[in-house]
Amino acid sequence: MRIRPAGPSAVLLELDDAEAVSGAYRLLTTARNQGRLTAREIVPAARTVLIDGVTDPGPLTALLREPTSTPETERSTPTIKILATYDGDDIDDVARLWHTDRAGVVAIHTGTAFRVAFCGFAPGFAYLTGLDPRYHVPRRPSPRTRVPAGTVALAGPYSGVYPTASPGGWQCIGRTREVLFDLESDPPALLTPGAVVRFAEAA
Amino acid sequence: MSAALEVLRAGVRTTVQDLGRAGLAHLGVPRSGAVDAGALRLANRLAGNPPEAAGLEILLGAARLRATRAVTVAVTGAPCAITAGGRPAAHGLPVGVLAGEVISIGHASAGLRVYLAVGGGIAVPPVLGSRSTDTLSGLGPAPVRDGDLLPIGPVTGPPPAVDLAPYPLPRHDLRLRVWLGPRDDWFTPAALSTLFSAEYRVAAETDRVGARLTGPALTRAVDGELPSEGLVLGAIQVPADGQPLIFLADHPTTGGYPVIAVVDPADVDQLGQARPGTAIRFVRQFRSSRQETSAPVAA
Repeated sequence: MRIRPAGPSAVLLELDDAEAVSGAYRLLTTARNQGRLTAREIVPAARTVLIDGVTDPGPLTALLREPTSTPETERSTPTIKILATYDGDDIDDVARLWHTDRAGVVAIHTGTAFRVAFCGFAPGFAYLTGLDPRYHVPRRPSPRTRVPAGTVALAGPYSGVYPTASPGGWQCIGRTREVLFDLESDPPALLTPGAVVRFAEAA
Repeated sequence: MSAALEVLRAGVRTTVQDLGRAGLAHLGVPRSGAVDAGALRLANRLAGNPPEAAGLEILLGAARLRATRAVTVAVTGAPCAITAGGRPAAHGLPVGVLAGEVISIGHASAGLRVYLAVGGGIAVPPVLGSRSTDTLSGLGPAPVRDGDLLPIGPVTGPPPAVDLAPYPLPRHDLRLRVWLGPRDDWFTPAALSTLFSAEYRVAAETDRVGARLTGPALTRAVDGELPSEGLVLGAIQVPADGQPLIFLADHPTTGGYPVIAVVDPADVDQLGQARPGTAIRFVRQFRSSRQETSAPVAA
């Protein structure tokens, strides 16, 4: 782990892998909830956690030496189930890349325990990790100008669901009617960092 | 009808802004809020509001409003001529406006963004704890248009007795204090020396998301892609073309280009007033040894 400065009042923790990011994020948010850490934002990403609103990294360094997870916190993580219809425009391309057919894509996607690694790109857009490396797929050669809200898609090591209609370059394999981002909910995002996500095929 | 500001002329780009949405960056929700937050805070203080009240951010000025009841307004930020009910009014001081009178904001003579606070604040419904229009994500109220009726909240305090409220005039050349990192090691030593010696200029493609600069390209020492990582306000991101982009209020929460350095938060407001063509020089800041953090931590 490395601590990099990001201006006078923020630090960027650089970690070895997504699992270490998840552990550090859980530890930091727990410490903040317990009043042991003051920070304006704690933002996990692919290999880093940004802590914005800290002027003295001293106490942070001590915090980060604590064990990053306990079986208890693991057990308390909720699993979010998302019902999806697998009829995306790119599902046949993905089936070819995975050397299988549509049913095979559904079986692999619904058989994977995903975890929200981080959010970004748009409010409520969660980057889901957990796919076996042999199922990582490239982005589409050119992005679509409009991907509808609720589209289930893949790119690189990630799967994701577009919370709102937007341009997008991911491979679209399906769609869900779940609301991913709801201004009336607290938190407004259905998928928050650390959550476990499982997809199931809609009847 | 309850109190409101009637928008007679919105100008080129006017939005409702407060101090933004804090604490939701981990869900992909940008901070948003006034680009020159200091100017909005000052306007609120002059109008008798708490600092977090919502006001108007008026790009380049040139707007006309009518109050449906007697109000106190205050105009700060980019300098401009102001009249209230046809009477000349001062920039940076409380202005009393009678019911039905027109507040006219002239063209900004320097700088980019004029701020108008009204006693009671603009009371459009908050979205995720803020009334700010986020031009990146689309959260918050739509940009202000001609004919809009903007509700005014209940007055919470009297305007202060002031003769003078100091506010820095926008400059044609800016010196911005910057802190190296987090990804300065992705750049050549020559790029770092260029950053602190060359003059950059604010480019035309500058908006609430960020100020684009043009000048000598900053060359990378590391090829390849940086996985997306969290961004702070004032981060100087260097895309593939080597021309820096400095993030302002509506910046995305994460980005995949390396951030060579970060503008000191105390200097970001001034950058938010820098017109295209403004000359920018960066002045390196150094951490005290206690703050020195770019080091491996023993596990």
